[in-house]
Amino acid sequence: MKEFLQTVIAYRYETAAMILFGIGFINLLLQKNLLRKVMAFNVMDSSVFLFLAAQGYIEGRIAPIIVNNDFSATTYINPIPSGLVLTGIVVSVSVSAFFLALILRLYKKYHTIEFDEIMTLAKKEAE
Amino acid sequence: MGAALSTGSALLFSEVSSAGGMLPWYQNIPFASIFLLMIAGIIMPLFRKGKRGFCLAMGVSLLVAALSAILLVKLSINGERFTYMMGHYPAPWGNEIAAGPLEALLALMFSLVEALSLLGGRKDAASDILEPKQSLFYLMMCELQAAMLALTYTNDIFTAYVFIEISTLAACSIVMARDTAKTIVATIRYLVISLLGSGLFLIGVVMLYCITGHLLIPQLGEKIAGLVATGTYTEPLTIVAGLLFIGVAIKCALFPFYAWLPFAHGGATTSSSAVLSGLVLKGYIILLVKLFYEVFTIELIRSLKVTNIMFVFGIAGMLVGSWRAIGEEHIKRMLAYSSVAQIGYVFMGIGLGTNLGVAAAFYQILVHAVTKPLLFISAGRLIRVQGHEKSLYRLRGSARNDPLAGVLFTLGALSMVGIPLLAGFVVKFSLASASLLNPNRMWIALIALAVSTVLNALYYVPAVIAVWTPSGFMQRKKQPPDWMFGVSGAVLGALVVFLGLGCIGVIGVIQNGLSLWL
Repeated sequence: MKEFLQTVIAYRYETAAMILFGIGFINLLLQKNLLRKVMAFNVMDSSVFLFLAAQGYIEGRIAPIIVNNDFSATTYINPIPSGLVLTGIVVSVSVSAFFLALILRLYKKYHTIEFDEIMTLAKKEAE
Repeated sequence: MGAALSTGSALLFSEVSSAGGMLPWYQNIPFASIFLLMIAGIIMPLFRKGKRGFCLAMGVSLLVAALSAILLVKLSINGERFTYMMGHYPAPWGNEIAAGPLEALLALMFSLVEALSLLGGRKDAASDILEPKQSLFYLMMCELQAAMLALTYTNDIFTAYVFIEISTLAACSIVMARDTAKTIVATIRYLVISLLGSGLFLIGVVMLYCITGHLLIPQLGEKIAGLVATGTYTEPLTIVAGLLFIGVAIKCALFPFYAWLPFAHGGATTSSSAVLSGLVLKGYIILLVKLFYEVFTIELIRSLKVTNIMFVFGIAGMLVGSWRAIGEEHIKRMLAYSSVAQIGYVFMGIGLGTNLGVAAAFYQILVHAVTKPLLFISAGRLIRVQGHEKSLYRLRGSARNDPLAGVLFTLGALSMVGIPLLAGFVVKFSLASASLLNPNRMWIALIALAVSTVLNALYYVPAVIAVWTPSGFMQRKKQPPDWMFGVSGAVLGALVVFLGLGCIGVIGVIQNGLSLWL
């Protein structure tokens, strides 16, 4: 138990990231409210970014911006995960924007953002 | 890292100086295809008229198809597979494209089928989509095709993730192009499911990077081979393989995750349904097979039992998809359920775990990429001549109003059932012969193939009979002939027959390409 706790504390960012990923995933799957689905999606993606950032960080090193011509590898943290996080943020922003635009369309038509109600209304319309 | 970076820049320098005359011109084709499609998408909004957008999208697709054909000929003569550096950064740092005969063949098929689907569905798109939005629809089609080509060609798993998201957004946009409340509801379902899938894929990619420190497929493969040899990181690797597999399986509608597909594909406009069912699902599968072959190696995947899961879910998909199609009255939803079954065949082939099985799966990818668009555009034409009726009951007799559409629908349906001389038969035959090599799974595979063939016949044959049976729903007024549908349907029909008769050569190219992957 003590060892387990020590591992959790040593990898606290990764642990938190995994828990957040689970929360985001389950909510994206099960939430009925569409806005909450968007938020859950953002929690899920941000947790991945947290995981990446935590993995790329090396204790005691600085951001990979070269000053004073210091090219030694031991000065800086790993820059690649930061690059991946940036790319990932761009992707998740575009997806959120698209998702919100769709929700706006549905809200204008049905005046609700509960997906269950929208489904029943859409079914009634079809009949 | 800094030392690595400085050697990197030294290498970079030598690459730039040596690349001048060295690179054979045809190696630029994969990048040029993706780039042309993206540029076409960017200039698309400048066109106000949908017709011009359509012409541009068609032109670029056909151009890319022609380029891919040249690449295919060049590569299959030499039996060559090359990697192409993006931006001249050498291997462990830069981004790469890898192309061999198999990738070129898939790119050729994708571009050709995309162009034909656009052509065959043009009349429907013109009436279904508002005029000012039409060029945006063709924009999304171009981006979707670019994303699929990128998924086929890329050698970098993070690039693959980005293009998965691009293809998700583009695919959702073409589903909602009709802009009715019903299609928006279907789009939201599709989007949510897709995001769950790509979330799992993303975390899988990130974990893989954290374990190995690489993003390029060849380097990943080497590292993982080392890890397997030393027996470290076995559990994380299992989890990563599972995450990548489930992420892709959700997005390509493998058995338990298929509920979103009929609504998304059934409600969309004709070109969208044809492209979604025929092509989009395939891009993800190709990526998955590439990851499993080149990153994990097929032996590792077999020892992790992922092939068993694929085999079981593939068979379940074959049976459940067909079963649901039998009970479906809406013709386009029936075709969509049939896609679930056809994806099942692909996964069954991969799940056999032999090279012959994977070759059969790739043949099925090509065959379905041709046959399902043929069925969707001829169904779209039948629906139009019958005055926009979509249920099979009310479509009775529609083929008599447009015999060409009826004949093409019949041809596609017979191919799906597996009548000899047509493409579907070759798939079933090669899957069956591949299963003979795996004695443990032979009986299950053969029985599943037989049952699913009967199930296919149980809904395709009644559908064919229905469209030829005269009824009171037939329109008195003759519809004007549609040469665009005629041309695209005839070419797709010819391809179905070609894939049925000329299978030896195509299977040869696939096996040649697969052997270069190993």
